[in-house]
Amino acid sequence: MKHAYVVHSGTLDKLYPVFMLASTGGAMDAEVHLFFTFWGLDAVKKGGLDKAKLPGIMSVGTGMMKGKIKKVGVPSLPELLKMCRDTENVKIYACSTTMAMMDVKEEELIDEVDAIVGAATFLDIAMDANVQMFI
Amino acid sequence: MVKIDVELDCKGMYCPMPIVKLKKATKTMESGQHLKLIATDPGSVRDVPAWAGKTGAEIIETSESAGEFVFIIKVSK
Repeated sequence: MKHAYVVHSGTLDKLYPVFMLASTGGAMDAEVHLFFTFWGLDAVKKGGLDKAKLPGIMSVGTGMMKGKIKKVGVPSLPELLKMCRDTENVKIYACSTTMAMMDVKEEELIDEVDAIVGAATFLDIAMDANVQMFI
Repeated sequence: MVKIDVELDCKGMYCPMPIVKLKKATKTMESGQHLKLIATDPGSVRDVPAWAGKTGAEIIETSESAGEFVFIIKVSK
């Protein structure tokens, strides 16, 4: 089984489903490919997962939401990323065009990024994936 | 009664933790060994069988009492 997700959003509410699905997919023996583009790229910048906030006006409630998440015992985004990697089934890609547009250098990205790629690489994977999502 | 080789306590944990922990625990187990999983997340009732279906593990026993869901899983590799 193969999963291919475009991670377009960099907000907390969207990144949680991404990493929950990816860690679970990896645990279910699926190969999971995450392509971080546009605002999603912020998530794979060093410290980016810690900075993710709720979208728009709701961003003021980010601390409260994180507190609730912690209280319920749900892992933080960095912890979920580690769980993804521990399955050895989750691959992480950074979009090269977004990096140029947003002036992001390779050394600013987290070490977990497997490759810097373009749309063709993602589509090559997505075309024969069983699950494709745009989050 | 089957012999339980590994017992995994996921009480109080929510998705995706029980499944992630389950996978991690079975990684170091041998084919044919048995794992007992105890979970309280109501999602695990369907999630654990779905995980087993995809990984080839076999659920040989399930039970529920006082909000605790118990699964006996036979590992297959």
